[in-house]
Amino acid sequence: MTTDQLRQSPTTDQLRQSATTDLLRRWETLILALLVGVVVWASLGVDGFANGSNVSFLLLDTTEIALMALTMTLVIVAAEIDLSVASTLGLSCAVLGWLWNAGLPIEAIMPICLLVGALCGAFNGLLVTRLGLPSLAVTIGTFALFRGLAYVMLGDQAVADLPPAYTSLATASIGPVPLMTVLVALLAAVAAVVLHATGLGRSIFALGSNEEAAYFSGVRVKRIKFWLFVASGVMASLASLVYTFRYASARADNGVGLELAVVAAVLLGGVSIFGGRGSLPGVLMAVLLLGVVRNALILADVANEVLNFVTGLLLVASVLAPNLGAVWRRRTSPQMEGKSP
Amino acid sequence: MRHTALLAGLVLMTAACGGTTRSDVQQQQSSAPATAASSAAANPNAPLKQGLKIAFLPKQVNNPYFTIADNGGIEAAKEFGGEGKEVGPSEASASSQVSYINTLIQQEQDAIVISANDPNAVVPALKQARAAGIKVVSYDSDTAPEGRDVFVNQASPEDLGRTEVQLLAEQIGHKGKIAILSATPNATNQNTWIEFMKDELKKPEYKDMELVKVAYGNDDDQKSFTETQGLLRSYPDLAGIISPTTVGIAAAARYLSDSPYKGKVKLTGLGTPNQLRKFVKDGTIDAFELWNPADLGYLASYAGAALASGQITGAEGEKFKAGKLGEYTIGAKGEVLLGKPTVFNKDNIDDFDF
Repeated sequence: MTTDQLRQSPTTDQLRQSATTDLLRRWETLILALLVGVVVWASLGVDGFANGSNVSFLLLDTTEIALMALTMTLVIVAAEIDLSVASTLGLSCAVLGWLWNAGLPIEAIMPICLLVGALCGAFNGLLVTRLGLPSLAVTIGTFALFRGLAYVMLGDQAVADLPPAYTSLATASIGPVPLMTVLVALLAAVAAVVLHATGLGRSIFALGSNEEAAYFSGVRVKRIKFWLFVASGVMASLASLVYTFRYASARADNGVGLELAVVAAVLLGGVSIFGGRGSLPGVLMAVLLLGVVRNALILADVANEVLNFVTGLLLVASVLAPNLGAVWRRRTSPQMEGKSP
Repeated sequence: MRHTALLAGLVLMTAACGGTTRSDVQQQQSSAPATAASSAAANPNAPLKQGLKIAFLPKQVNNPYFTIADNGGIEAAKEFGGEGKEVGPSEASASSQVSYINTLIQQEQDAIVISANDPNAVVPALKQARAAGIKVVSYDSDTAPEGRDVFVNQASPEDLGRTEVQLLAEQIGHKGKIAILSATPNATNQNTWIEFMKDELKKPEYKDMELVKVAYGNDDDQKSFTETQGLLRSYPDLAGIISPTTVGIAAAARYLSDSPYKGKVKLTGLGTPNQLRKFVKDGTIDAFELWNPADLGYLASYAGAALASGQITGAEGEKFKAGKLGEYTIGAKGEVLLGKPTVFNKDNIDDFDF
């Protein structure tokens, strides 16, 4: 019912909607072309790139970023942001290490870690929805808070004597495809269906493009946002389990700085930083693109500074390009004049 | 709420049913047979292979200490007709080295020389490297033993402890009250060194020297500064201070250089030339010590080449030659010791930039 109401929006909005959809499709095509181009270039020009084991390293290296990018996509489409994901990951790792040292079985620790992630997300969600604080400010705060808690629990200690059954599972692969990539693919399918094929997904897009309008059309704005933050926290703690077992090391500083990689991938994937626009296939392609570029450049012995420069350039381009498009559209279509924000 | 209760119940149930705990893993590990020593026999007379590819993976690139160490290693590679390079992350985080190890495997390097940010996180990747026939040498900061063939240790705790006492004794004429300005009371490294200092002081040649106090600056610049001040207030006739921490020695030097004790109270310990250059030049410090990072990289490079050429396998007692540094013997647990620390004074300090 709510979606029917949303569909009966004014003509200009419909125009804008179709224009942005076109733009998004074009952007996704561009990312795909770039991805294919880089893969072809690297396979031909970089020794060792097309190797089966390199492909599985590459996929494995993007696991945690991909996992967190799934929920980050939903959060940013809803015009919010969660910068605390990597700190949630770190806290969850610290909890894992601490409880493992205390002698709890790992099978019991894992659900506790997911619960910790959910609580972190719920804390963010409550501050954003109940107190009406901007998520940028809230999650910058919890970014420091969760990481701080992680250090309080584990200090600079590393817990490394984790069960080999689990650590080998985290790096296992079926042919060149790591098991963890299969996990990512399954969760990505779920997230894509939720975002692109359910009423909930349509509500997320609606509240992202115009929160007030969505509210008056019956979208339960606060409830949806709250659960998006919880989902983001749970996904971060799931990523922490993969991270800890993959590196066989639970530390408080696990995953420092990953939030930037996650946000970069989401924005590069064509999700609008202002909310209301984006697609999961685009984000997944962007995660792969960033992973491939990084892997190929390291293999080609390109210095780290150049690497960061290239990644930064891609990111700036991804934020700039769609907005340049919008400016250009405003200038060329007189009926949109005066409506620009 | 309902879900939370359900989840908590589930957790308790799993816990009650048992599962893999820490003690299970420890039991498994202790019952597992010890890893067999490398089956390949070393051939001490094998010549160093030509064109060996040796990659240095420091904790982080663009860190002056590692730049010097790795350049030392690359220099060594040129000497034996190999090809050295430095790769690595720009931030020293625990896992950032793993993707570099993976790419080095793809590049089919002959040896990886690594200073581990996290001794455990790099082990799975290093095991893969070793399975692919790549020799692994750790330097500066060791990995867990199963991750590497040889560890090149920059300095033994015993050498560091004893030589610092010897250095100070020389400066104060083996006579007078001395104090130690350490890091935190539970700093493992420092405490080991201090034990060796105390042991050294028991020798007859130090009978006129008395250790009056061990102060702790907590590796905090301000605290180390005030602790130095406090030491001199309590013992105005102090002859010398040993500070076996780079933070402590710099803070103590700063205090002394602006005080009437400058040049009278001798200060020595562990520091870096760039940090202490001006204090050596203005006479606050006569001499201090640290290992030479260029030599560390140089030795690690030769160790990698010797491993890759089959001269050594990493077993205790094997010997190999390391160019200008001479012959080295592998000690217990696959460790090679660089040697006595380098002493820096006003004559040689300008030869070092780190």
